[in-house]
Amino acid sequence: MTSAILPLSLDNVSYEIGGVRLIKDMTCTFEAGPRTAIIGPNGAGKSLFLRLCHGLIRPSTGKVSWHANDADGQAPGDAQAMVFQRPVMLRRSVSANVDFALKLKGIARDERVRRIDDVLARAGLRRLKDQPARVLSFGEQQKLALARAWALRPQVLFLDEPTASLDPAATHSVEEIIEAIHGEGTRIILTTHDLGQAKRLSDEVIFLHRGRMLERAPTEQFFTEPKNDLAQAFVRGELLWWRLGKDNRKGAINDREK
Amino acid sequence: MDDFGNALSAALSLVVGLDDQLLEIVGLSLHVSLSAVIIAAAIGLPLGAAVALFRFPGRMAVVVLLNAFMGLPPVVVGLIVYLLLSRAGPLGTLGLLFTPTAMIIAQVILVTPIIAALTRQVIEDLWAEYEEQLRSLGAGPGRALTALLWDGRFSLVTAVLAGFGRASAEVGAVMIVGGNIDHVTRVMTTTIALEVSKGDLALALGLGLILLALSASVNGAAFLIKETAQRRHA
Repeated sequence: MTSAILPLSLDNVSYEIGGVRLIKDMTCTFEAGPRTAIIGPNGAGKSLFLRLCHGLIRPSTGKVSWHANDADGQAPGDAQAMVFQRPVMLRRSVSANVDFALKLKGIARDERVRRIDDVLARAGLRRLKDQPARVLSFGEQQKLALARAWALRPQVLFLDEPTASLDPAATHSVEEIIEAIHGEGTRIILTTHDLGQAKRLSDEVIFLHRGRMLERAPTEQFFTEPKNDLAQAFVRGELLWWRLGKDNRKGAINDREK
Repeated sequence: MDDFGNALSAALSLVVGLDDQLLEIVGLSLHVSLSAVIIAAAIGLPLGAAVALFRFPGRMAVVVLLNAFMGLPPVVVGLIVYLLLSRAGPLGTLGLLFTPTAMIIAQVILVTPIIAALTRQVIEDLWAEYEEQLRSLGAGPGRALTALLWDGRFSLVTAVLAGFGRASAEVGAVMIVGGNIDHVTRVMTTTIALEVSKGDLALALGLGLILLALSASVNGAAFLIKETAQRRHA
């Protein structure tokens, strides 16, 4: 039994590089349960947001905190995992890639063997277990990245545009795996540019624009009645942009950004 | 031209006939160079990986020094080791001067920067690719370092072979600290220098042929290893 690391709280979190604030005053909480899709145009800060939550980068101001460790003391870092847009495979076999992640968590050999077999079978990769991971197709590598994260039995799984470069068939397979992982009680927080995917894979949507959280709503409500004007434009498929020049930031959408 | 032809045929007969003197010299050469490369690899691989991975004050200076030391002049290294190991030197009591051990020490100093500098480059490139994933999986610095060394193993073999090429081909350092003593510290390169000065080209040419074959084999092995690795692990 592991201690619950959720809720995850962001308290007035900002992140800046070279004086440019890329995440601005973000305050929110993630409880156990629903799946969250984070959407927004390029540069909205979606990937940075995930990295801040996962602990890969530290906020410039504010605080990211997990529920305090309980008596059995599992550190939050050990109970969360992340899958990146581009799968990073070690130069070893498919099963050795999963094994490496499990070894890092100090899991005993028998249990590692059992989990590797289990997740590779469920991800449809068992027949490839002895193949070098880097010769797999891009879609298979992404499935392996998910399987590697799945084997860790994370309480929270962050997914950074997991199907951004995949065709519909591979996207379908990956989405099935994500659903299966969620079915075992893992909290899913993913970023996506694919509004259809956000509808399919989430129970709530967070809309980011230029480093700010502009709306957070249940998925159905977000797509039928978004409250924020930029979110409305985004859902309609309009391009959120601003012009530079003499009359900097023209137009209704851009007025909202001042 | 006749002299060259005669010397070449005499050299070939020495090689084909597995001449005792020639075998002894080749054996000592391999012992010294392989020992030096093994020790240099044990130091240079983790050193290069650590410089690639860790950020510390003066890191850039270390990187520049490692790169600069790749071209250390062997005679200067030989001179420094000679001064250290000579009777009046700080390590004179060890009595290592004019022994194969002294030659190994000199070659370790020559080869370590080569392996460390090439390792740093390989591991730095790999780290750029792996960093987020390894940190996400919870790999600490030690585990990340060993994982990167393992995953870079095929490229790192090339770094070690480059070190071996340097060790087996250099003459200045081993000449100074070894003294080119017959049956004790005489290796291929020092023998070639000596025999040429004596005008005995047969043994010099025979050893030269073996050195060339060794160099070609090392490069061939490096090429094959990289090709195989790229086919297997992309």
